[in-house]
Amino acid sequence: MAASAWLPPVDLTDSGRPVLFPGEVERLFISSIDLQAEENPSLPPLRSGLLTLTSHRLLWINETSRFAHFIPLGSVIHAFPPKKSIKSMFTSPKIRIQVTSDSDGKITSGKGTTSVVITIVMRGGKSDSEAFYGKLWEVLKSRSWEVEEVKGREDVGEIRDSGSVEGTSRVRTAVVGVAGILRKEQEMWESTDKSLQDAFQDLNALMSKAKEMVALAEKMRQKLLSGSAAQANANDEEMGSKQEMQDWLLSVGIVSPVTKESAGALYHQQLSRQLADFVKLPLEKSGGMIALIDVYCLFNRARGTELISPEDLLQACALWEKYEVPAMLRKFDSGVMVIQSKAHSDEEVFARIISLAQKPDALKMGISPSDAALTLGIAPALAKEHLLNAESRGLLCRDVSPDGFRFYVNMFKEFELGNIYLAWRINAIAGLDEDSRCDIDADLDVQATLQASIMMLER
Amino acid sequence: MQKLGDFKLPQFFNYPPYFTLQPIRETREKQIQLWKELILEYCRSQKIFIVGLDEEFSLFSNQSIERSLSHESREVFLSALVSEGRAEWMDKSHKKCLILWLKVQDWADYIINFVRENGLEDSVMTVEDIRSGIESRGTELAGIDRGVLIRALKLLEQKGKAAIFKGSSTDDEGVKFNI
Repeated sequence: MAASAWLPPVDLTDSGRPVLFPGEVERLFISSIDLQAEENPSLPPLRSGLLTLTSHRLLWINETSRFAHFIPLGSVIHAFPPKKSIKSMFTSPKIRIQVTSDSDGKITSGKGTTSVVITIVMRGGKSDSEAFYGKLWEVLKSRSWEVEEVKGREDVGEIRDSGSVEGTSRVRTAVVGVAGILRKEQEMWESTDKSLQDAFQDLNALMSKAKEMVALAEKMRQKLLSGSAAQANANDEEMGSKQEMQDWLLSVGIVSPVTKESAGALYHQQLSRQLADFVKLPLEKSGGMIALIDVYCLFNRARGTELISPEDLLQACALWEKYEVPAMLRKFDSGVMVIQSKAHSDEEVFARIISLAQKPDALKMGISPSDAALTLGIAPALAKEHLLNAESRGLLCRDVSPDGFRFYVNMFKEFELGNIYLAWRINAIAGLDEDSRCDIDADLDVQATLQASIMMLER
Repeated sequence: MQKLGDFKLPQFFNYPPYFTLQPIRETREKQIQLWKELILEYCRSQKIFIVGLDEEFSLFSNQSIERSLSHESREVFLSALVSEGRAEWMDKSHKKCLILWLKVQDWADYIINFVRENGLEDSVMTVEDIRSGIESRGTELAGIDRGVLIRALKLLEQKGKAAIFKGSSTDDEGVKFNI
C-alpha cells in the first residue's frame, strides 16, 4: 500500500506551504520527522519530513518532493508520553499516538472501527520531545476542530449573557413592539462592539477571535454587496467603500501567521514560503512589481499580531533563491528594493516606455515619471526606476530644468550619424522652423527612420 | 534654422536634453563631443578667444526652449577642450578659458602662409599690423587675440623663421620674417 492510501493527503500551495482549513492555526514545526506504524508493517512509513502541529491536524510535509499527508487530531484517541530511559538517551526521541482507523489501517476523520498506533520519530537531533508532547496535549484539549459547530450557539449565548447580567441589577425595559426590535438590534451591536474591543485588547484572545473577525468581515461584505446590487445605480461613494472593504478583506487574509514560537529554527524558511504565497495577489494587481516597503506594510497588516521586523522580511526574501518560488527580490541602482514576479520582463517595459517616448508630445516635451506611471499602470516611484533603468541602457536621456525631471528618447547617437531626417523632424516638432512644418503623422519615411535608429540602439 | 548672430545653429541645439549633463557615460561622451565641436565652430566664426565661465555666453543658452547650461556642465565641456589641447584655462580657479580653435602651431603655420601670399617676407610689421592691417582683413588673423598671436610669433622665432624686437612700449613690437 502506498503512503497516500493510509493517510489522507494535504493540498500544497505553489511555494510548498500547506493549504489550511478555515480557522486552522499552525502551532509548532519540527523537521526531520519519521512517521511509522510500528505494529502494522503493511502501512509504509513516511521518512524525514516536516511535522507541523496545527489546531486541527498533524501535518507531515516532504518539502523537496512536494507531497504531504495529515492525521486529523479529532481521530487521536491517546498520546503516550515520551519514554525516559537510559536507552532513550542514545536514540532519537519517539512519541506514540493512538489514532482511529478502519480495518485496513486507513486513517479517517473520526468514524473508525479500530485503531493504529503511530510513532513519531524525531531524528532532528535538537528536537525537544517534552515540549512537543506538551503542545500536543494543549491542542488536543482545546479541540478547535469542534468549535465550528459550537460557534452558532456561542454567538447567541454571548448576547443572552450581556442581557441577563444587566437584567439582574435593573428593571428590564420593554421587549415588544418597535422599541423592542430596536433594543434587540442595539444589543447586538453592543455585543459586536464588545467583542471587537475584547479582541483587540488581548493579543492572545485575538488569535482565537481571528476566525470570528474574518466571519464578521465576510458578513459586512455580503451586506455591502447586496446593498449596492439593490440600488439601480450605485453612486461613487458606495463603490468607493466597496473597494475599501475588498482591500481590507485582502489585508485580513492571514489567519495562521508563522511565528518564532511555532516554527523556531524553521521560522525563516516557513515565513519565506508564506510570504511568497501572500505576495502573489498584490503582485498581479500592481503589474508584476511592488516596492519592498509596501510589501512590508501589507504583510504585517495581514498578520495582525506577531509582526515581522524588516530584517525578517529581508531574510525571508533572500531565502527565495533556494526555493522554487515565482517571486524575486531586486535592488535598483538607486537603492530602491522591489519584489518582482519572475514572469516580469524588463525588455517588455522598455518597449512600452520607448513607444510612449516617441509620441509627438513626448518628442517635443519628453515624459515625466508621472506620465510613465499613468501609461504603465504602476506607482510613480517604480515608474521612475524603470525610466532610470532605460536611461542606463542608453534608450532614454534626461532633461533637468526648472520644469522638473523629464526623459526624452536618446537621440545623441543619431546626431552623430548626421541623420538629417531625424534632426529635421525634431525641429519641425519643436515648432521653431515655420518653413519645415508638415503633417508629421503622415510622414511614414521619417517614422521608419526613427524606428530603425531606435532598433540600432538595442544592440 | 536658428541663428546666433550670423552663425547657423545645428539642429540638435533645440533638443532639451542637450543642455543637461548626462549621467550615463556613453551618452555623456557623445554629448561632450557635440558641445566641443559646437564651441570651436562658434568661436571661430565669431572670433571669440576668451570664454568667461560666469559671464553670459550666448551659446550656452537657448531661449526658445528655455534651457541653459549649468556652471558644472560648462566647466565639463571646456575642460574637455582643454584636455584635447584646443583650449587653455587662464587661471587656476577655471574662471576664464582661452579657446584655441586653431592651435598655436596651426596659427604659426597660418602666419607663414599669410606672409608668403602677401609677399611680406622682407618687410617689418608691427604686431598690431598683423592683427588689424589691411592685408589681414578677411583672414583669420583679423582680430586675433594678441596673446595668442605673440605666442605663435615666438614659436616661429624659436624655429628661426621670425625675429621679434621690442620697441619702447608694447605697441611698438615688430616682427621680421625669414621664411
